[in-house]
Amino acid sequence: MDKRELKAIIEALLFTWGDPLELKDIASILEITEEEVKELLDEMISEFDYNRRGIRIMKINKSYQLSTRPEHYEWIKKLSNPTYTKSLSNAALETLSIIAYRQPIIKSEIEAIRGVKCDKAIETLLERGLITELGRLEKVGRPILYGTTDLFLKTFGLESLDQLPPIEEFNNNLDNLELEK
Amino acid sequence: MEYKVKIDIFEGPMDLLLHLIEKAEIDIYDIPISLITEQFLEYLQKMEDLNLEITSDFLVMAATLLEIKSKMLLPQKTKTDDSEGDNEEIDPRAELVKRLIEYKKYKSAAEKLREMESIQSKVFYKPKEDIVDTFNENLEIENMNISDLLKALNNIIKKRSREGKILDIKEIQREEYTLEKCISNIKNRLKKENKIFFSDLLKEDSTRMEIITYFLSILELMNMKYISVVQEKDFSDLIIIKRQKEE
Repeated sequence: MDKRELKAIIEALLFTWGDPLELKDIASILEITEEEVKELLDEMISEFDYNRRGIRIMKINKSYQLSTRPEHYEWIKKLSNPTYTKSLSNAALETLSIIAYRQPIIKSEIEAIRGVKCDKAIETLLERGLITELGRLEKVGRPILYGTTDLFLKTFGLESLDQLPPIEEFNNNLDNLELEK
Repeated sequence: MEYKVKIDIFEGPMDLLLHLIEKAEIDIYDIPISLITEQFLEYLQKMEDLNLEITSDFLVMAATLLEIKSKMLLPQKTKTDDSEGDNEEIDPRAELVKRLIEYKKYKSAAEKLREMESIQSKVFYKPKEDIVDTFNENLEIENMNISDLLKALNNIIKKRSREGKILDIKEIQREEYTLEKCISNIKNRLKKENKIFFSDLLKEDSTRMEIITYFLSILELMNMKYISVVQEKDFSDLIIIKRQKEE
């Protein structure tokens, strides 16, 4: 099969599936290797961008999904009145950012950084599917270890955790921790 | 009468402290501790005046600030412990500053995440399709009777194992156990005897469904204070005793 046909099939699969579709599933359908699929998809992503297509291919960890582009929101909105979803509270977002950068992390470590109890925030994040339990720390009390999910990446438009803005970036001109008299 | 007044809401004592430091435009490494402590306590006072709940986190921070403040008043103590090596002076604020900087990092990261979320929320996805194979003919299952089904079943069983015996199934009774039925059964039994065993309610071939329904009935009757249940030891039979009507 030629490359163009393979790409067309991948596009059809992504369209039909709607949800994020895993690399290995596409590979097993097309009976080619994951590396070959990845190469095709990488090309497709740049082709979609280069041709200014209204649909883009989003990459989330090892899955791919079709979506519209954020810059077209104002136009799409005119189709009907958008419903507003509640965005995360500051408390939840602070907790989430600590978990994102420090995972796997236990609740008491998050609380030590924020200086407040985090049960409510963690509950919200679990409910929203943005974080998940990764296991338990083998120490007294076996506290739960938390980490982020693929939905977290998708919600914040990240391909993978490496794409998080480096935490030291937020440390501007505070990097000198030497305290001298 | 309580009044609700809007004041700045902080995510916690760290958030408040950072706000005070930023407002005062002071160097985070050289916090005028007595000024900041004073403002911190003032804020707590304001919260109290407004009937806002002051969580323990704020009180712990207030105590920490006061402790630092008092340490600052003392002449700087140099470490006398020789094993520690250099006689380094320890700023009582150091620990707090470290925590503040750490917190500030994640707070800024959270703001960045909020921006990223708002961009991503302007994106739409397509719902997953139901994949239907339209070429598949609809199965004709009308005009079938129980003996046709039995024949089909026997054919399958015969195919699967050559020695398989032909099942002789005539009719399967659909048994239903409703909570109401079981409760009235128990009540009827209790009219005759004051005490029955849970096992008496069940037959040898009772289905799981039946056992569960009877058990639920007992719970329900206990809740209604109609019966009380005792058990002599762990895992032994339940003894159901009819309760005397309370006046």
